[in-house]
Amino acid sequence: MIHVIAFYLFAAIVVCSGALTILSRNPVHSVLWLILAFFNAAGLMVLLGAEFIAMLLVIVYVGAVAVLFLFVVMMLDIDFAELRAGFVDYLPFGLLIALVLLAEIVLGIGLWSAGPIELAQRAAPVNPEMSNIQAIGALLYTRYIFLFEAAGIVLLVAMIGAIVLTHRARGGVRPQNIAKQNRRRPEDAVRNVNQPVGQGVEL
Amino acid sequence: MIGLQHYMVVSAILFVMGVLGIFINRKNVIIILMAIELILLSVNINLVAFSAFLGDLVGQVFSMFVLTVAAGEAAIGLAILVIYFRGRGTIAVDDVNRMKG
Repeated sequence: MIHVIAFYLFAAIVVCSGALTILSRNPVHSVLWLILAFFNAAGLMVLLGAEFIAMLLVIVYVGAVAVLFLFVVMMLDIDFAELRAGFVDYLPFGLLIALVLLAEIVLGIGLWSAGPIELAQRAAPVNPEMSNIQAIGALLYTRYIFLFEAAGIVLLVAMIGAIVLTHRARGGVRPQNIAKQNRRRPEDAVRNVNQPVGQGVEL
Repeated sequence: MIGLQHYMVVSAILFVMGVLGIFINRKNVIIILMAIELILLSVNINLVAFSAFLGDLVGQVFSMFVLTVAAGEAAIGLAILVIYFRGRGTIAVDDVNRMKG
């Protein structure tokens, strides 16, 4: 019973906050609704018994992606009212497309039925003695180790790409040049003079 | 009792909402990126639901890779957005015609 109530609660909130994400006037509100949607999707995944993915959703999406969105929304000085023009023009067409798509998907779900699945045919059957995190770790670090490393490379490329794209060399700054400092010898910089008394110093 | 199809319906609604978000916010790239995140979230819900109901862990492993790609995509997309804004002073999608492609 509590499972059913929790499912409907999470599902309703995730759908409503998804709708508000795309309908909000203010993009900051959009990001906040997106965070709520991620939290409730994580709740849905906890209900499904996928604790690891749920924690990952909270950490990666809420902790990194949503904060990144928030930073960009707040950093750029954008006239959002102007960007919203044409919202009403696009709405009927968008709703039409969305309804057609939804009808197709719901029809597909209604017609879908899984045949009997043999245990031996599963790629990685769930072991009831293991916790979810343990089972995923055992799978990820053995059979899917190359995919895991490929995911790491994807993240590395994304990181380097983002840095290369947004980095700019600013002119007019004088950074420290350590090699130049170390090359400089005392003979280049210091001059010893035996200055006679009463005469000016010639520089 | 909550079955697989309940989760699939939630995921379908979320997916459609993401598509709708792309359509109705045609000018605002930030909202479009958020709508793409919604779509990927719905895909993740679908994968995890199938993984749980079929008793196969591969769905959850794949969902992790979807998450990775979503994070990378958001980072690159927002980086492109920032340099675009630096050059043009706006993020309206209609003005993205510099390459005349």
